[in-house]
Formats: sequence, structure tokens, C-alpha cells
Amino acid sequence: MNETLIDATGIEVTYGNGIKVLHGVDVSICRGETVGIVGESGSGKTTLGRALLRLVDVSAGSIRFDGRDITRLPEGEMRPLRRRIQMIFQDPMASLNPRHTIRRILSEPLKLHGLAKTAAETEARVAKMLERVSLPAVCLDRNPHELSGGQRQRVGIARAALLEPDFVLADEIVSGLDVSTQAQVLKLLKGLSADLGLSMAFISHDLSVIRAVCDRVYVMRFGKIEEEGACAEVFANPRSAYTRLLLDAIPLPEITPGWLDSKAGVEDAA
Amino acid sequence: MTAPLLSIENLNAISTRENGAPILRDVSLTLERGEVLGLVGESGAGKSTIAKALLGILPRTVQVTGGAIRFEGRDLMTMPSRALRDLIGTHIALIPQDPQTALNPGRRIEAQLTDALRLRRGLSSKEARARALKLLQEVHIRDPERVLRAYPHELSGGMRQRVLIASAFALEPKLVVADEPTTALDVTVQKQILRLIRDMQRTHGTAVIFVTHDLGVVAQTCDSVTLLYAGKVIEAGRTADVLTAPRHAYTKALLAAGPRYDRPDSGLEPVPPSVFEALRAEIGLG
Repeated sequence: MNETLIDATGIEVTYGNGIKVLHGVDVSICRGETVGIVGESGSGKTTLGRALLRLVDVSAGSIRFDGRDITRLPEGEMRPLRRRIQMIFQDPMASLNPRHTIRRILSEPLKLHGLAKTAAETEARVAKMLERVSLPAVCLDRNPHELSGGQRQRVGIARAALLEPDFVLADEIVSGLDVSTQAQVLKLLKGLSADLGLSMAFISHDLSVIRAVCDRVYVMRFGKIEEEGACAEVFANPRSAYTRLLLDAIPLPEITPGWLDSKAGVEDAA
Repeated sequence: MTAPLLSIENLNAISTRENGAPILRDVSLTLERGEVLGLVGESGAGKSTIAKALLGILPRTVQVTGGAIRFEGRDLMTMPSRALRDLIGTHIALIPQDPQTALNPGRRIEAQLTDALRLRRGLSSKEARARALKLLQEVHIRDPERVLRAYPHELSGGMRQRVLIASAFALEPKLVVADEPTTALDVTVQKQILRLIRDMQRTHGTAVIFVTHDLGVVAQTCDSVTLLYAGKVIEAGRTADVLTAPRHAYTKALLAAGPRYDRPDSGLEPVPPSVFEALRAEIGLG
């Protein structure tokens, strides 16, 4: 089952001030595949994600979704595709409407996209998904600020998954969470994407998180792909010196004599 | 026998906002001169509260209900406020978490670095400037003259963090509290900053408390570690012992929850509910 779902070639993005942030990036994602996009701040990973979703316009290159060229598709024609392409955001506090209850946050998209015909059907679907993401039913009548960070992130995941998308973009979704909560959220996401056969682009600055959830990885730097490959391959035998540098810069939770003094993982100082 | 540099003894604190909910429960720890200690825990563990208590900046909503914080034998909790301010201002310094907000955006670096040198050390403007230049060189800033004239927004995040490290060590404090000093930085910059703090700590013989959630940072920088949960010390000891042979189930579970790029098949094990239940029973939470 190696059917390509998203195929982007030669993507360039130039922001209004004339600064080019992506310089010809090629990315492809197969059905059911989870692809990691990793890089440091300013590498262009978030812009790339937004370009794939047509949230920013590309100045060159093409994006094909499920065989169809969507590079310059007008918004009206994009709309039917929007349900199939979902996003989970970094900060659930900013992406969930604070005035709405969780019930409303989860049911409205279902109604909007006509996925549930009756109120009873909507309620049933929401309840089922709530259980799937291990949130207690009492959450439905709460507002986002009444939930913990991990619970809010699960609401974000539930909202995306309810629409039965083909593709989900997750941008730094665990960077604000504690380790124990992070493990829960990642495990949940992994399970859901397997159950629903989702394709996923998982953007993160954390190589260890990428290694744990992704099949394949793109390492980005300065708006270009520095290295691409299967996680097992890239993490064991990185071809790019930059990937090696990123890996060597991660402090592991075991005493590594000389790690702090080694040159590895440090670029020429400021 | 001289007193340790810092000794926290059965410190208890409550939140006056949440009906007196306990924030710290009988916290005790000791820090020797020149020692590097990691204060670790997930959010709500109380690590920041301890750091704030040490710096005398506890919010009004937190009330210390018992225990002592002894710095070279003197209890900070019972000291007159003027004496307390002088002691903290001279001997305890902070490296803050967010280099974006910790500097005053409207003042040049020179003014911000020399304030304490003039006010606490009584240096003239000229002497303070010379000392600030030296400090910037010590934190490996290549063009210290330019940085002194710069405003914070003209510097990168890593540069700002270097300035803040220079500022923390400016008065030769005996204790530096580093509050998640690398959380906001890229991983390659993080390593430089960790090394810099370690180098400064060794050169100046300063004791450092690293407040962090990252057991990797602890492993590479700290002599000893104290792990907190819900305001209680769960495990404490030499870093090597705690990481290689953790005694508490929670410590083990935390180590198993963190993903590791070098061990794709381990990590990502959520802390089992039974561990949290046992923890809560141990602490005396419902």
C-alpha cells in the first residue's frame, strides 16, 4: 500500500517582505504513513506544513493531493478538501475557542461538513471519539480552560479525527507538555493513525519524539531539506553532518562522560 | 564542621488562593559549596516555588507555613527583610528561563549589566563598564563593545542568554539558580549554554541549582538530583545513582516515558495509573 497521498515538488515560499523561506523543497507522503519534519527555529518546517495545507501560498512548485493538483486551487474548490486535511496545533489554548464548551467544539465541525445528519448522531459520534481519546464524558460541558494541557491536546486530536481526514498535520503538538502527558498523547496519536489509516506530517524540533512516532523523516535547515530517509536509517547512520550535529546535541538521560566538553553537537560559537 | 551552603529543612507552603492547598510538603535538601544540583519534576511539582523562595520572590498567594531555608546557617525565613534583600542580592542570582522577556527592552545591555555592579559593589560607571566588558568576554561574546551598546532586540536568543549568564555571575554570587535556562533555545544552542554555565560555575566555584524537567540535562550537568512530585521530594541522591538505579517507581516510570532517539523500542511508556495512585497515597492525597 504505497500509494502517494501528498506529493509536493520544488516548493518555494516567499513572504511579503521578499524573504524566501523555502528554497525548492520536495516532500511526499504515502497513505497511512507518518512523516517527521524536524529542524531548528527558522528552518522553515512550520512554513512547509502550512504550504502543504494551502494555508500560505507557494511562489513556485506544485502540490498534489490524492492525485489532484491543488497548488493554485481557488478557496471555493479547496473547501470540500478541507475536511480531508486536518491540523492539530501546538497550543490548544489558542486553537480551541475559550467561550465554547468541548461539546460545541467537537460537534460543530461535524455539522459544518455534513458528516452527521441528526443531533443524536452528532452526539453519538462525539461520545465515541471522546472515549477513544480517553476523556471523561464530564469534559463535554466544560470550557477549554477547565481542562489540563494534556486533556486539551486530546480535544484537539479528537476534533481532527472526528472528520475522518486522510491527512493530519501536527505541528509541535507535545512541546508544551510534561513527559508523562507527552507519552500519553503520542501513544494515542499513534494508535489513532493506525486505526484510521491516517497519513500524518509530524512537525517537531525534538528528534527523540520524531524517532518514536514517525516512519520517515525530513531534516530541514535554512529552508531546504538537509536529509531524508527512513527513521531507522537516518538515526542510525545519518548521511548529513547537520543531522549528526543535531543528534549529538541531545543530552541523554544517562551520564555520558565528556559529552558536555565534546565538540560534537556544537556549531561555531556566537 | 561548617554549615552547608544551603540547607532547606522541612519546608512547607500552601496556596492562599486554593483554600490552603499544599504546594510544598516537608521539602528538605542540602547543597554544598560549588555543588550542582538538579531540581526536577513535572509541572506543579513545586520546583519553581523552591527557586522563588530562594530568590525571595514568592508570590503573595504562596504562604510558607513551616520549615527553614538556611543559607550558610542563617534562616532566610526569619531574617529582617532589609538584611534578606542584601543577602539575596549579593549571594544568590538567577538565570531566567526566557531570555526574551528577562531583559528590559528599553535599556541598553550596558545599563542592565552595570546597575548591580554600581549599586551593590559601589563601582564607578567606568569601573563597572570595564567589569561588564570582561564578563561578556568570559561568556564568549566576540564583540563585547557592540553588545554593550545594543538593545536586547538586536541580539539573538542565544546571545541574550549569554548576557543573562554574565549578569548572574557579575557579583560573584555563591549560588546561581538556573530556571529552565535552555527550554526556549534550539538544541545546538542549548549545549553551548549548558557548557557555558558549567564553565562559569567551575571558574567561580559557584553552586548551581538547575530547575528543569529534562533528565537529560540533569544527567550531563548535575552532581546530584532531587525529584519532586506535588510538592514532595520523591527521590534524591547522586545523579549517577538515581539515573542508573532509581529506587522509586515514579522515577523509573519517568525515565521510561521519555522517548530516546538512540532507543526506538523503549520510551513512550505513559506513567501507569497505578504509579500515580501509589504516589498520591504516599503523599496523602485522596
